[in-house]
Amino acid sequence: MIKLDHVVKSYPNGVGAINGISLHIERGEFVFVVGDSGSGKSTLIKLLLKELEPTEGTIRVNGVHLGRMKRRAIPKYRRKIGCVFQDFRLLKDRNVYENVAFAQRVIVTPSKEIKKNVPAMLSLVGLAEKYKSFPKQLSGGEQQRVALARALVNSPDILLADEPTGNLDPKTSREIMKLLEEVNARGTTVLVVTHDRDIVNTMKKRVIRMQKGIIVSDERESGYIG
Amino acid sequence: MRLSTLGYCLQQGFKNIWRNKLFSLASMATMAACIFMFGIFFCIVENFQHFVKEAEEGVAVTVLFEEGVSEQDIMDIGDQLTKRSEVSQVVYVSSDEAWKSYQEIYFKDAPELADAFVDDNPLANSANLEIYMKDIAEQQNLVDYISSMEGVRKINRSDAVADILTGFNRLISYVSVAIIGLLLAVAVFLISNTVAIGIAVRKEEISIMRLIGAKNAFIKAPFLIEGITIGIVGAAIPLACLYYLYNKLVLYIAVKFDMLTSVMKFLQVNELFQILLPVGMALGVGIGFFGSFFTIQRHLKV
Repeated sequence: MIKLDHVVKSYPNGVGAINGISLHIERGEFVFVVGDSGSGKSTLIKLLLKELEPTEGTIRVNGVHLGRMKRRAIPKYRRKIGCVFQDFRLLKDRNVYENVAFAQRVIVTPSKEIKKNVPAMLSLVGLAEKYKSFPKQLSGGEQQRVALARALVNSPDILLADEPTGNLDPKTSREIMKLLEEVNARGTTVLVVTHDRDIVNTMKKRVIRMQKGIIVSDERESGYIG
Repeated sequence: MRLSTLGYCLQQGFKNIWRNKLFSLASMATMAACIFMFGIFFCIVENFQHFVKEAEEGVAVTVLFEEGVSEQDIMDIGDQLTKRSEVSQVVYVSSDEAWKSYQEIYFKDAPELADAFVDDNPLANSANLEIYMKDIAEQQNLVDYISSMEGVRKINRSDAVADILTGFNRLISYVSVAIIGLLLAVAVFLISNTVAIGIAVRKEEISIMRLIGAKNAFIKAPFLIEGITIGIVGAAIPLACLYYLYNKLVLYIAVKFDMLTSVMKFLQVNELFQILLPVGMALGVGIGFFGSFFTIQRHLKV
């Protein structure tokens, strides 16, 4: 599903964010990527979203060589990847329904389908009754659920979550992780970048630990080491 | 593009204008000022050209013939000249008509002096052709052509009038092109600024769109719609004002300066707007489109 081969990413100022990593994630896996700030976790997400180009090495997602992908093919590729972020990135001037529908509108989904899919997705994340609320009227956990609904409404093959519980309390964090587990159980490959030791330790999933741009450990059903 | 997507892009374009009210208003106002000035200039140029055309049509080249050239020969030459593209009309003036006209001009106050000639026409060899032209700039070519014809004795023409009219016409054209060019540049700059601000305001939304997998066209369309709408509104308002004001002004001049209207006949507002309306609207839409298009290309690398 995701295959990185000797990937290096260094910035024009010479700073190396990723210093040669190789990685293979199977379809349907749930993977944590952990590490300190500056270890290269977020750069990894950006490379997978093709927001950044690797300086060296190859990245294949769903068998597609990202380095050879044409510019105009990027939107279509990104439609198969859902992503959620620590700061939720919701549109503040639109309500919950519109935020989720937005993801469908940008990929030109017919209105009829949007009207069917959005309520279904809001039910899945437990926000069916708050569809008229605006982001500022929601708690952090609820906002992250909206972001999750938006990421999932287009049925992505992969879900990338960059510190999804970074702004949430422990209880809400556990709820969000439970949702991610459900999404994974439906067949979506989930890759979560996090600092949250408790969650990693509780969930017993594959854990990839990064340090200074390299992978220092990769263990199945592991906890947060280091 | 689906109808619902088009509707969505239109809605977002209008929302951009609303969110960015002040800058949109400033752009519309500047665009309106530009198109208004363009319209005023257009009205002046068109009316002036109309006056010039009327004046040109009033300036004639007079061709006099040698003794012995018959009336029929003169008529044939007249027919030949009528066929030329620069000629609008050829009038045959017989020697009797020439003498009559001479008397009206020079013996107006002393008709008894003319009576002295009784039936003897002193201008017996003055049958001539008055040639009126479509474009006075072509006068020299016509004179050269007529000079080469057999039987032509003399050609009277008005070089000064021809030169002044042609020169003035050209000057007005150059000045109008320069001013209109300057105004267009200002309008494009302003629209570009408004769209750039719109892009900055919606930076987050655009980044989310990119991550979700929106195509470039989908991201760009609302900004294009914003620019075009500003262009349409910015053109429609001054054109409507001009339509109203032109009518009022022509009426005012006709009432207050009736002396002037006998010399200068103004074009009808409908005649003017047959060109001004489509050109003005096309300018508005064009400036709006290109102003936003180039800004999007520069600020929105997706």
